[in-house]
Amino acid sequence: MDVVDIARWQFGITTVYHFLFVPLTIGLTALVALLETRWLRTRDPAYLRLTKFFGKLLLINFAIGVVTGIVQEFQFGMNWSDYSRFVGDVFGAPLAIEGLLAFFLESTFLGLWIFGWDKLPGRLHAGCMWIVHLGTLFSSWFILAANSWMQHPVGYRYDAETGRAELTDFAAVMFNEVQLVTFPHVILAAYLTAAAFMVGVSGWLYARRRSEQGEDADAERSMHRKAIRIGAAVAMVAGLGVAVTGDFQGKVMTEVQPMKMAAAEGLYETRESCAPFSVFTVGTPDGREEKFALTVPCLLSFLGTGSFDGRVEGIDDLREAYRQEYGQDPGTVYYQAADYVPVVPVTYWSFRFMITFGMASAAGAALVLWLTRRGRTPTGRWFPALCVALPLAALAGNSFGWIFTEMGRQPWVVFGLMTVDHAVSPSVSTTEAWISLLTLTSLYGVLAVVEVGLILRAIRSGPAPHVEPAERDGDDHDQDAPLAFAY
Amino acid sequence: MELTTVWFALIALLWIGYFALEGFDFGVGMLLPVLARDDTERRVMINTIGPVWDGNEVWVLVAGGATFAAFPEWYATLFSGFYLPLLMILVALILRGLAFEYRHQRAERRWQARWDRAITYGSLVPAVLWGVAFANIVSGVPLDADHEFTGSLLTLLDPFGLLGGLTTLLLFATHGAMYVALKTDGDIRYRARALALRLGLAAAVVAVAFLVWTQARAGSAVSGVLFLVAALALVAGLVAVRAGREGWAFAGTFATIALAVAGLFTALFPDVMPSTLDPAWSLTTTNAAATAYTLTIMTWVAAVFTPLVLAYQAWSYWVFRKRISTHHIPTAELAH
Repeated sequence: MDVVDIARWQFGITTVYHFLFVPLTIGLTALVALLETRWLRTRDPAYLRLTKFFGKLLLINFAIGVVTGIVQEFQFGMNWSDYSRFVGDVFGAPLAIEGLLAFFLESTFLGLWIFGWDKLPGRLHAGCMWIVHLGTLFSSWFILAANSWMQHPVGYRYDAETGRAELTDFAAVMFNEVQLVTFPHVILAAYLTAAAFMVGVSGWLYARRRSEQGEDADAERSMHRKAIRIGAAVAMVAGLGVAVTGDFQGKVMTEVQPMKMAAAEGLYETRESCAPFSVFTVGTPDGREEKFALTVPCLLSFLGTGSFDGRVEGIDDLREAYRQEYGQDPGTVYYQAADYVPVVPVTYWSFRFMITFGMASAAGAALVLWLTRRGRTPTGRWFPALCVALPLAALAGNSFGWIFTEMGRQPWVVFGLMTVDHAVSPSVSTTEAWISLLTLTSLYGVLAVVEVGLILRAIRSGPAPHVEPAERDGDDHDQDAPLAFAY
Repeated sequence: MELTTVWFALIALLWIGYFALEGFDFGVGMLLPVLARDDTERRVMINTIGPVWDGNEVWVLVAGGATFAAFPEWYATLFSGFYLPLLMILVALILRGLAFEYRHQRAERRWQARWDRAITYGSLVPAVLWGVAFANIVSGVPLDADHEFTGSLLTLLDPFGLLGGLTTLLLFATHGAMYVALKTDGDIRYRARALALRLGLAAAVVAVAFLVWTQARAGSAVSGVLFLVAALALVAGLVAVRAGREGWAFAGTFATIALAVAGLFTALFPDVMPSTLDPAWSLTTTNAAATAYTLTIMTWVAAVFTPLVLAYQAWSYWVFRKRISTHHIPTAELAH
């Protein structure tokens, strides 16, 4: 493997890994803030216990999301320095603004929330978590604007003298049409993931105590039911939103990155109208010949264009068109005449897995909501299994979604401007790249075991018993009393 | 003033903020096995930085992002050139960041001892390597005509680089001891004072050697003045800690670090990464910069949001202003 391959593997591994934690964090900050707000409104101890319980799970996640995020910012420069030189004028700004607007907000107010139980009035304390959530939204906005620019570069000009892309319209980058459909899709998927996580955790805890008798057990079950219901409702609504925004995304993608859509279907020949969508295919590895396929007539046309008669361009025609367009100078420094076709099986299957897992999670949430209607809770062993499956499906949907988005852009790093093989750092040796890949991958592997272990342990312990919130740390307060929270 | 100069100054400011703030939490981390006598004292130390270390660390992320946006060539050359040291810094920051959150999740001694080591070495390694990195940035590294770094890890670890690393190590350790003295009460407070004095004397010797050498290599009149005032601030800090004036003592090391970093950036200007192979190949605020349009937008964003960030970070320090001592540490494990 050369440096390009190693750097690509590192980017893929570290990014998919990072994004396992990110959607949970984004969604859980909102849910924890919501639970704490409910506690302040109702003074029902169940909400405070849930706030602290899911707050703890959030913090375990947040920590690993934060530290793996540092790698993301550094590796653009470390492994992809020619990319950084080429796009820095456009791509650097959202990254810098993300740090200034989002990271400071998240870290400072999370610190205030963690340690501020006895130092801040209740509403301000809950407000801190809402602000953390706002920080995660800012962060998502700017990093997705940066990514959307790689999918569909706008608001820039290519300067032949400096040999780089230069920003000409910041607003165009911030409100890129790809960004406008990607941001809601990603955020709603984050809400789906975190809400499904709440259903999974609480469903499992509920089932564990389903046959116990007594007031305590009743109170526990009632608390878990609340979390299941809130989680399932949020997951269902968010899941619906994910589907709708995903549909918008498909239309924009067909317009600005038709090759990605063609590869998502493995559609080699252009269909003038009524392009079918295959649910799954058995065929040659590149998808050119199919032995068996389960297809839905005209669905691809609808996904791509909004009309069952819409025209969908095929890979072969697009490849020809791209060869005409990009086959020669002025960009030979940044790209070379290539195949211009992403790896079709990866694109094809990741697209289907994304949809299947995402929709399964949302549909499962709807089912849970219906099963728990009007005070009912299923007693079968399958119920906790169903609950636990929801977050796992959502997480898988997120990962496949990004694998599809990024692999579908190949061989470009910035669509139409720079191919991945020209983006890598010239000064980095194969040995160095290997050291980095192996170090980070093995470290991430160990941390995954530690993280999952801690999460499971915290879940098994369940929400801690209710304690009245500590008195505020004012002048009349005992100065020697222990801190309400300490590491 | 030109926008490129403004952004050079702003990036300098971000690094000053980073070293002056994270400097003390690195110091607290590396002194964990030195200052604390038992687990409660370790927890006292960790809890003095618990609410603020992450906010401190963001300064480096914003410095990195701002460099990417304002000086893309600098970001590209620096991060790809200093590859292995940055990888080590990443590993250290990952382990250290997780340690704060994960250490208290389980009560077993072995679990906690492991994360304690992660805090100690996760603080020590970046404290040294940032010093090595900045010594090399200021004195120059082999850059070819394409601004690509042509050296190796050993190029960076020359005597000057190592002295820079030792300087930041000792300065941050002193700064950390000052912070513990300021933020704790009880026995550990007085031990921290005594240690701050001893460490500070060692730091003074090493720092003066490093700054004089830097001044001889790359200094200007202004950097010379800044280095001198930095040294005086360190002396003042040590006098203050000896007199038991912990607030002033901490302010002293804070100012020392801030002024020394300001001096380094002054010595660097108008280069951002000098080439030792040919001065014509150096990266400067001009040839490494982004366009005026990008810099203008960034300036507006920075002008609006930097005061806000400073205000709420300051407020968070105010909220957690109280000293912590051993009886503040909740005895029931996992009491939350």
